[in-house]
Amino acid sequence: MSSIETAVGPPKGVGPMQRREARLAYGMLAPTFLIVATIVLIPLIANFWISFKPVQLGDLRPPTPVASERVRGDATAAGDRIRIEYRLRNSSRERAITDVIMTDSWVDGLTPVKLDPRCAITGQNLRCDLGNIEGGFRERLKIEVTVDEAYLASKTNPKDSKPVMTGDSENILTNTELTLDNFRKVFEASEFWSVLKVTIYYTVFGTGGALVLGLFAALLMNQAFRGRALLRGLFLFPYVAPVIAVAFTWVVLLDPFSGALNAILQQMGAAGGPINFFGQREASFTLLGLEFTFPLALTTVIAFEAWRYFPLSFLFILARMQSISGDMYEAAEMDGATPLQQFWYLSLPQLAGILSVLFLLRFIWTFNKFDDIFLLTGGGAGTRTLTVDVYEQGFALANLGAGAAVAVVVFVVLFTFSIIYFRFSPKDEG
Amino acid sequence: MMAVLRNGLLLAVISGALWGAIAMIVIGVTFALISGAPAQPSVNAAALAGLLGALVLMARTPDQRTPAVRAVSAAVVLVILFAASFAHPFGLPLDVAPFWQIVSVMLIVGTVSFTNWACLYDATRGALRRYDFEKILIRIFKGFGFVTFTVIVALPFYILVMTSLKSQQSLLANPLDFSIDFSGGVSGLFRSYVELFEQFNFGRYLLISSIVSVATVILTLLFSVPGAYAVSRLRFPGRSVLSRSILLIYMVPAIVLVIPLYAVFSQLGLRNTVAGLLIIYPATTIPVALYMLQGYFQGLPAELEEAGLMDGLSRLGVIIKITLPLSLPAMASVSLYVFMIAWNEFLFAFMFLDDPDIFTLSRGVVSLNSSEVPRQHLMAGAVIATLPILGIFLWFERYMVQGLTAGSVKG
Repeated sequence: MSSIETAVGPPKGVGPMQRREARLAYGMLAPTFLIVATIVLIPLIANFWISFKPVQLGDLRPPTPVASERVRGDATAAGDRIRIEYRLRNSSRERAITDVIMTDSWVDGLTPVKLDPRCAITGQNLRCDLGNIEGGFRERLKIEVTVDEAYLASKTNPKDSKPVMTGDSENILTNTELTLDNFRKVFEASEFWSVLKVTIYYTVFGTGGALVLGLFAALLMNQAFRGRALLRGLFLFPYVAPVIAVAFTWVVLLDPFSGALNAILQQMGAAGGPINFFGQREASFTLLGLEFTFPLALTTVIAFEAWRYFPLSFLFILARMQSISGDMYEAAEMDGATPLQQFWYLSLPQLAGILSVLFLLRFIWTFNKFDDIFLLTGGGAGTRTLTVDVYEQGFALANLGAGAAVAVVVFVVLFTFSIIYFRFSPKDEG
Repeated sequence: MMAVLRNGLLLAVISGALWGAIAMIVIGVTFALISGAPAQPSVNAAALAGLLGALVLMARTPDQRTPAVRAVSAAVVLVILFAASFAHPFGLPLDVAPFWQIVSVMLIVGTVSFTNWACLYDATRGALRRYDFEKILIRIFKGFGFVTFTVIVALPFYILVMTSLKSQQSLLANPLDFSIDFSGGVSGLFRSYVELFEQFNFGRYLLISSIVSVATVILTLLFSVPGAYAVSRLRFPGRSVLSRSILLIYMVPAIVLVIPLYAVFSQLGLRNTVAGLLIIYPATTIPVALYMLQGYFQGLPAELEEAGLMDGLSRLGVIIKITLPLSLPAMASVSLYVFMIAWNEFLFAFMFLDDPDIFTLSRGVVSLNSSEVPRQHLMAGAVIATLPILGIFLWFERYMVQGLTAGSVKG
């Protein structure tokens, strides 16, 4: 009896059909996997590797041996002497090159008086074996030659053929010289902790600002009226326009001397003098006799962030609002719930899911943001976040290793966020 | 305590003062920008005028608020506006830019009376039910919200376009003067644009940006369509892990990839080439596209494809003849979204391109950000970079919005 049952049930194990299907699937995914691995996954690992290496930006150009050739003296008759001179150097000041060999073609009719022991002439070729050269190596290799009729007749200049130099140098990225200096440098720098603080401040308030603005915008637009489509399109402009355009517009708009906003504020009497929104670290104002100080440039940058990214929260929240059934509101209306009560007790709980998903995702993306702050302030006036610090260390200070170390910090923080997100995110949203 | 405040008169005070102030700020500043006159809008006077206008409305019961009453209210707004500002509503003698002053005052009076009416038409004096009070209060603040949002979104774009038409000197002389100067004719007005195209090679940048963006879209689709199909339709070990980790990939920040890619591309000679960008851009957009497409493919009825397979089509045939035609809207959304990402991309273009002959628009505009290049050139460059993408957005708004909502957890 039982044997019959197993015969009738679905086949166990992997049949040839399924294997073929899996093979097809892998084949279709292979190109994607390949390019993502090359451009995202491997660089991610490479970044860890670089963060342990003492690499400067200049080290990316491998040290190369360089030669230039000159001819000294003028030969007019057979038996005259001229001198062929090779100026050799190492392009790097620090790093050595091994097994350096120079080759050049040898012109007929030239006889060396005395040949450098490292060089040999075979037929029409000159070959000099220079061995290992140190960083900053410089030498003039001179060869005295006598000319004969054949050289004078042929009129070839020895300089016509360029000398070729070959040599091996260690690739700074692949050798196994490892160090913890980069991390030491990053963590010991006095500004690191303030950079971290600025990053968190920027991320929390930028995300929150964009979310709150988006919620307000969605509340406004969650009703039918003429021109709604037009207004919705306008509300998306800040996000759709290129970051360079909107960032520079804000810089121009908020310029302390030629900016329209400062001019408006001063003319309306709201500001005593020009305010350098992107250049002033701190500003203070008095309220009820108390003086409050706040980071001005950072606040402005956060305002930009909220302005540029509220359209996204707006779209998501609006979509969620429009999917809430109207029956519930009708029932609440019957029971005499006021508009604010309806919002607080009906809408907000319905939106809680999408709001929390949006907050976490936007949190991660705001944390990752580089372009905006870089274009607005360049990281000055107390607005340097971790991502801007990566650029600052790696490229502005030309210390790739330190930049990579900051990038590792970025990644580790981000990884922690992601784990929290995937652990606690509601499964039905997003 | 709250019940005492819940009064029709309080609503009138809020509505009147708020709308008076907003109308004056918005219209007064617009007046200053358009006319170029050094205006100082009298916000307090306008708030008082709006408040008294609202009180005139409230003096009658809702069914008595005839057009005549509304006209009286408007007249009160006008008279108080002039009286409280000592006949200088914009802080200017009336003979400075008289035409624009008259138009602005009319607009302010019209706006304030209309909005007061629209907010308060059914409000009664005295104590109100909480429901009615909140309803009207929300009406007032919604109007306020519409104006505020429109202004904060539109103002930077207005400044962007107008600055590109000005000259550095006039901008420094009066930063508020955005009047359009027709004295140089059309070519004088668009001088910055002409110079960008003639001397700064912007025609070329426009072309390169277009090529890079279109090529990115094509490459992304070529990679992601088969991938998305496999994830959504085929069964294979590791499928669920894969479909979940796609999202993870696209949370990897570009700044973490920049250093290793810079190092390796420098050594391979791919840095400072368009080809280098065409490797990086698709790699960063493929996961997004794959994620968006697989969601859409899953929603398509599998029966159609099975019928196709039964009739002897190969998988490739099924994808090309059945799946793709059915998912054209999704393809449009994905394409537009990817196009937007590639067109607006800044970081890699900035880090990788040194040679002015192969700049994309983003890179080209950044190169204008120097003290030697006048500001209006920078703004004109920004307009050139913005117009195509905004045009495409408005033209295909429906698809673009779908693309944004499907993929734009990314920022």
